[in-house]
Amino acid sequence: MKFSKDHEWVKLEGDVAVIGISHYAQGALGDIVFVELPVVGKILAQGKEAAVVESVKAASDVYAPISGEVIAVNEALSSDPALINSSPEDKGWFFKLKFSNKAQLDGLMDADAYKKHRGG
Amino acid sequence: MNNEGRKTTPVTAAQSAQHSGMMFEEPLIFEMDQPGRSGVDLPDVPNVPLRIGTLAPREHIGLPNLSEPEMVRHYTRLSQKNFGIDSTFYPLGSCTMKHNPRLNEKMARLPGFSDVHPLQPQSTVQGAIGVMKELSHWLLTLTGMKAITLAPAAGAHGEFCGMAAIKTALKVRGEDRKIVLVPESAHGTNPATAAALGFTVVSIPANGRGRVDRDALIAKLDNNVAAIMLTNPNTCGLFENEIIEIADAVHKAGAYFYGDGANYNALVGRVRPADLGIDAMHINLHKTFSTPHGGGGPGSGPVVFSERLAAYVPLPYVKIEQDILSLVEHADDAAQSFGRLKAFHGQMGMFVRALTYILSHGADGLYQVASDAVLNANYILASLKDVMSTPFEGPCMHEALFDDRFLKDTGVTTLDIAKALLDRGYHPMTMYFPLVVHGAFLIEPTETESKATLDGFIATLRELAIAAKDPANKELFINAPHTTPRRRLDETRAARQPILRWKE
Repeated sequence: MKFSKDHEWVKLEGDVAVIGISHYAQGALGDIVFVELPVVGKILAQGKEAAVVESVKAASDVYAPISGEVIAVNEALSSDPALINSSPEDKGWFFKLKFSNKAQLDGLMDADAYKKHRGG
Repeated sequence: MNNEGRKTTPVTAAQSAQHSGMMFEEPLIFEMDQPGRSGVDLPDVPNVPLRIGTLAPREHIGLPNLSEPEMVRHYTRLSQKNFGIDSTFYPLGSCTMKHNPRLNEKMARLPGFSDVHPLQPQSTVQGAIGVMKELSHWLLTLTGMKAITLAPAAGAHGEFCGMAAIKTALKVRGEDRKIVLVPESAHGTNPATAAALGFTVVSIPANGRGRVDRDALIAKLDNNVAAIMLTNPNTCGLFENEIIEIADAVHKAGAYFYGDGANYNALVGRVRPADLGIDAMHINLHKTFSTPHGGGGPGSGPVVFSERLAAYVPLPYVKIEQDILSLVEHADDAAQSFGRLKAFHGQMGMFVRALTYILSHGADGLYQVASDAVLNANYILASLKDVMSTPFEGPCMHEALFDDRFLKDTGVTTLDIAKALLDRGYHPMTMYFPLVVHGAFLIEPTETESKATLDGFIATLRELAIAAKDPANKELFINAPHTTPRRRLDETRAARQPILRWKE
């Protein structure tokens, strides 16, 4: 699992990247009450807005940590956004990308580097 | 049809058990329904078909049946639950909860202002148009700008108006610029306005001093940038002291400078936005000029324009010829105007109140408004910074910002402090905004509060800030409020499973 500086994680499943927000991010956001996911087929560019999460504190953008085409979204989040709080790095995944540039993964952080990045 | 009327039944034991300390548990009016009760005795209605034209009722309407005293008490109790600036100090940062002078209300109720209709012949409402002219004159003089519209119905509507003028100006220039730069600490309405007009929003980071990072901004300027939207003082309550350099760079790149006037109350009478290089700015009359929030209906957000945008001002506007005032209402008279923003001419009642505030203060009084607003905020900042933590170096402008570092490792959060304030009789400050500061407390006292009021609030917040650091008090905070009719509400459940209507 790799992490972006904006607190998204990426996990590879063959040619497909699964993307969500980190445990740290869900904790900072607080209880999440709404998620807006991208539509399947959308082409996302690295660093651009991909989804929106709304918590009791604030609404925040989720950025695409790498570029690619959306091939699936986690429909379960629409009816149960609490999954992001209870299982952020597993059941609370946001969307899956068919990635276009594997080299972009090298620019992301591993768990240790990410831990340092968020100051802990 | 019932003939009983005036029958009242006492509240049930279960209901009365919830009343305490003259705080009444108030049911919904539908829950108070008792078939057969009514406030008046009406004669039986003879048999008439229950239809309107071809339409027949399909179901029972379900209007609640109550006696007159029950109904009067219901609404009186609801009004007593209402918390407003007339109740106590209301330090919501970024909202400018200043006192609404009663003189404003008296003037707005004069029949010549309150009983006029926008379709009346203009010759019969010269006084009302005169108020629009006079208010326009004051706002233009105070801001140093060239043109004004009073039409927008709120601050965000004003933003839309100003940005629509910028879009029109670019179109006239034959340029299709797509980008609007917005600092990350901006009010949410700024990116929303730009997006609503079809622009792409690009965020500008803040620097370590809580101001816009000038170099990052300048690096983003190119011939695809339509405008920058900037609030000054910004949402951290700090003056953007590089604003003139920023404006110059924006203009040099061929872009426009939209100034969000939400915090103009910190500058009014002392700084003219035109001198800062601003091309368009809305003025929230409820913030700077003491009209009620929400305006008792639509609010009002006049927009002022620099020379560069003056030609595109929307309709209508006031014209004076040979002492006769008139409203220019048609595009023929103003070929480059981008058109109309709304039906009619704006919120007359707000114009009267704002002009009353301006005239009762005068130029010297308005100068003092800004000074006192800034002084009061700095008094709060200076009085609490030893027990709370501040993200940026002071002094501040009209609002004082604290972060939650002073609560580190206490288990007490900004929210808990806010809830504890309720127990002490204070409406909390704005929390968790601006988002760029962790666990923000944003406190805006406004110029209308006395030193005694500020001292009372400071003493209370000081005591709470000190108490929060003692682990023995943790339970008191995390279970607060203790004295309100409802305790800690489940905001998460309310947002995830909202119940949006009453159902039997």
